[in-house]
Amino acid sequence: MMRSSNVIWLLLLLVGGGFLVFRTANGSMGKAYVRHEVFDATTSFKEQIQKIDDEEQQELAKGKTLSERKAAARRKLRDRLPDVAGITWTNVSSAEPGELIGSDGQPDPAVVFSWSRTIGLWIAALGTLAIMSFLWGDNVFYKLAEAIVVGASAAYAMVVGFWTGIIQNLFGKLIPTAMRDTVLPGLPGSQEAELIYIVPLVLSVLMLWRLAPQGGWISRWPLAFFIGATAGIRLVAYLDADFVQQIGNTIIPLIVSDKEQGLMVGQSIGNIIIIVGVLACLVYFFFSFEHTGAVGATARVGIWFLMITFGAGFAFTVMGRIALISDRFYFLFYDWLWIPKPGIDA
Amino acid sequence: MSDIMPTDSAYDPQSDISPTDGGPGTGFDFRNLDRRWIFLAMGLSIAIPMLRGVVFPEEPSREVLDVFATVEGLEDGSSVLMAYDYDPASKGELEPMAAAFVRHCAEKKHKLYFITLWPAAVPMLQKNIAILKREYPEYTYGEDYVNLGFRPGNEGVIKVVVTDLKKLYANDVDGTDLNELPLTTNLKNIQSMDLIINVSAGTPGAKEWVQYAATPFDIKMVAGVTGVGYTPLVPYVPKQLAGILGAIKAAAEYEEALLLEYPELRENPATQEGLRKMGPQLVAHILIIGLIVGGNVIFFTDRKRGV
Repeated sequence: MMRSSNVIWLLLLLVGGGFLVFRTANGSMGKAYVRHEVFDATTSFKEQIQKIDDEEQQELAKGKTLSERKAAARRKLRDRLPDVAGITWTNVSSAEPGELIGSDGQPDPAVVFSWSRTIGLWIAALGTLAIMSFLWGDNVFYKLAEAIVVGASAAYAMVVGFWTGIIQNLFGKLIPTAMRDTVLPGLPGSQEAELIYIVPLVLSVLMLWRLAPQGGWISRWPLAFFIGATAGIRLVAYLDADFVQQIGNTIIPLIVSDKEQGLMVGQSIGNIIIIVGVLACLVYFFFSFEHTGAVGATARVGIWFLMITFGAGFAFTVMGRIALISDRFYFLFYDWLWIPKPGIDA
Repeated sequence: MSDIMPTDSAYDPQSDISPTDGGPGTGFDFRNLDRRWIFLAMGLSIAIPMLRGVVFPEEPSREVLDVFATVEGLEDGSSVLMAYDYDPASKGELEPMAAAFVRHCAEKKHKLYFITLWPAAVPMLQKNIAILKREYPEYTYGEDYVNLGFRPGNEGVIKVVVTDLKKLYANDVDGTDLNELPLTTNLKNIQSMDLIINVSAGTPGAKEWVQYAATPFDIKMVAGVTGVGYTPLVPYVPKQLAGILGAIKAAAEYEEALLLEYPELRENPATQEGLRKMGPQLVAHILIIGLIVGGNVIFFTDRKRGV
């Protein structure tokens, strides 16, 4: 015999599932479209040249001349014009279902259905529901979605890190010519080999040595270097921004007045609260004296300030979490289910 | 203390206590309310205002106006570093303010340099740049804005770009040599920026930009952060940070300030994403407050009765 609450939840799921099946069968949800825009390099170059010509006319009308930089850019564009003849490319961007029909009431041939983006849309929607299903209780859908998120995030970070860190920043500096000829054609011609980058390369290899069957201790040396360097860099930044500057931020007048406005009560109270709060919290974290008497009372005030700060922080966190869930609802309702947006679509 | 603190089992998502399982003869008992009813109520409190299109009026606060005035106060065509350090996980909270910053800067015709310290933020940069392409077609890539993309190294990247940008960024995100783009040909480092706008979801983010760029090199900076990250950054205002936007509420207020200054933007519904998200937010907050008050009433009533 099922519990009454389970029956209600099951009914809700069935109603929701039925709604999905109905809308999917109608073809009125869960499709993604893209807009294909074909560009011609010659036209694009001519437009850029025309733009500079127009700017030159405007400058001449003001009695000025075109800057040398823009004139050089125009020369370069003109020189390259014959080389780019026949080159075209297609820019693919997301399109709303409403864009299927153009402003003239005729179907817009540039907007087409996209299988890949539709599959992505459904994965995103079902993934969202799978993660939300944890509210019901731990289940296989939640675990699957969680594993996909963790795996995809790690893979994404690794791939981006490899291409930007190892390829672009390390080998792009060490062997720029080889990189320019292979995977980094946009690397500036002025880039010369910087042999100093052998140091991070060697340190990286030493770090990976821990995976070797013998001599794993070698990885401690680069690790020690990284920890020392990071600690040093951070120490200086913290000392400046979070210690010295923060002391300066609390050296403020208790009574604020202005020649025009006279005593500024609100700002004065604000400044007094800041100074009292800082001193009281510092006393609370001062453990060389027993927290009794005046010290205890001040520490108590410090606790109040801390609690109010934590409360404000917690309230902001709640607001943030609601914003996140409302974003997912927004995605499910409008991007996936195509419910008309009130005040916009309907 | 132990009678008011929830036990570990109270957080067990497998827990299946029915509203009618409160105890013998108690009938419907809020003390043993199945948490899933609360989840459902929370879901409805967000879904219904969203589907009904409930929007409440917002009045920009002084803190938000400080940020707005900083961007607005720059001369037209100023150089602004758009450091967007957030990923899809926090886009619901930060996207409205990130978009509002882009629109505000575009209205002021500022020169924009997009950069990120987060690998997963590259699509977020592209999404914000799409606003420029769609709504401000006069903005030309390479002349009015550039997408520098991501480089690994966290705050180490800030340490480098603040003195020698091209040491790390020889190319833009598409691999174009920065020396070939008019906007970056003569750019040495980010000290020449008139303002840093950072939208941050964590580390590295606003704190690191304050520590390694804004404070040591006295570069003006404003930030927009998640609710979680807001309170620890408040002490930096106003000297190290000219202003800070905290979570979706501040984003909605910033949008309102932008719409008041540039009323023609009101015709574009996309400029009011934050404002629309505040409707569900308010109803959900009322529900939470109601639950907290209700829970406390039950607790104190029980204590008085000696239950």
